[in-house]
Amino acid sequence: MHDAEFLIEVMAGQLRDLLSRRAIADPALVGIHTGGVWVAERLRQRLGITTPLGQLDISFYRDDFSRIGVHPQVRPSELPFDVDNRHVVLIDDVLYTGRTIRAALNELFDYGRPASVLLAVLVDRGGRDLPIEANVIGTRLKLPPGQQIQLTGPNPLQLLIQTAP
Amino acid sequence: MSAIDLQLDSQGRLLHFLSVEGLSRHHLTEILDTAESLHGVAERRVKKLPTLHGKTVVNLFFEASTRTRTTFELAAKRLSADVLNLNIATSSTSKGESLLDTLRNIEAMQCDMFVVRHSQSGAAEFMARHVKPHIAVLNAGDGCHAHPTQAMLDTFTIRRHKPDFPALRIAIVGDILHSRVARSLIHALNILGAGEVRVIAPRTLLPVWVEQLGVQVFHAPQAGLRDVDVIVMLRLQRERMERALLPSEQEFFQQYGLTEERLALAKPDAIVMHPGPINRGVEIDSRVADGPRSVILEQVTNGIAIRMAIMSITLGNHARPAEENA
Repeated sequence: MHDAEFLIEVMAGQLRDLLSRRAIADPALVGIHTGGVWVAERLRQRLGITTPLGQLDISFYRDDFSRIGVHPQVRPSELPFDVDNRHVVLIDDVLYTGRTIRAALNELFDYGRPASVLLAVLVDRGGRDLPIEANVIGTRLKLPPGQQIQLTGPNPLQLLIQTAP
Repeated sequence: MSAIDLQLDSQGRLLHFLSVEGLSRHHLTEILDTAESLHGVAERRVKKLPTLHGKTVVNLFFEASTRTRTTFELAAKRLSADVLNLNIATSSTSKGESLLDTLRNIEAMQCDMFVVRHSQSGAAEFMARHVKPHIAVLNAGDGCHAHPTQAMLDTFTIRRHKPDFPALRIAIVGDILHSRVARSLIHALNILGAGEVRVIAPRTLLPVWVEQLGVQVFHAPQAGLRDVDVIVMLRLQRERMERALLPSEQEFFQQYGLTEERLALAKPDAIVMHPGPINRGVEIDSRVADGPRSVILEQVTNGIAIRMAIMSITLGNHARPAEENA
């Protein structure tokens, strides 16, 4: 019912329009580990963007370190371009509380001062704790707090909705 | 409770880092992988992560050390912790204060982590046994016993050059007897499944435990260095000479010093390591230490990422709620 590849096609259309309205010719795409990187790589191919993909693992920027510690499978963050004065598109799979995006923005600014940052997400499930909204949204889903939505991949990409144990 | 149990919680997560002995490949790999993620921080404009913001790390050094203390300090600062450096060798213990009194006083300053270096084996373990439960203790070298963060930065450096441990032949050369570096490194290499670990040393500088750890013993570098992938030179401490374990520095260099001629016995892409500080012309020739195969300065850089990884993992595991730690 929620075909991830179809939603990425929807996102690509919205993002193409948005970039052209803002006259952004050469954006840098940055995916948030893990699902966001999969979505970002597909968007990059569809939009024919030449700048290599950036990847952020926000484990060291989380606001709940004092409750859950470091994620045991943390991966290196890598931004293979100069962030200064770049138009950056931050990409994640699911937007929920907004805390991941807060952490990602903080990490991004430790690399430099971007000209602008746009946010593109595959699914916006509502339930925000912070004043953060996406510019590009694959689909909106209303889910009760007990349910989890997860993107599995990278081949094929699948959206799974589960009731938390 | 043994030191091995002391450093893990009931679910096997690292609470302290006292010794490599007793840890699993999973623990070491988690540290190495985390350090890999932290390695790039030094290349960013802001060389700092907010992870330990609001935490206080105390470097308790009862024994002098510049490099180790500095890299622990930098690691803590790059994780946004506040750092207190106490060189107790010149401080209150010389006034007769006991280790336990020192510990209680610093604990009263609301600290979260002790990094301990001491000339006595077991000092960090003693600390871990007596600190309040929210405090993590890291061993920065205790007597001739262990130097586990050095072993981790050494294996990290090896892995960045030669990731296939089962295929590796590694030679550790010099004063094995007094070397906590060698001891911890041999344990770490065994846990990570290194193909072959050799030690090359004169009989007077070989401890009895080496063969129990399954290492190959050589007394001559001509045989021992043949076809190795990694050479780890150890620092020769001058005070050993005074105890007549060795004839002279010159003679040691003649028999064991790493020269370009001896390096040629190893594989063409072999790397040369040394925990520092190096004695040029005693255990290693300057042309080798400064040569293209030397990764000695990389080890220093890698030490920061490894210590950041161990700090964030142990404090992160302390941070989990009580019911999870129960």
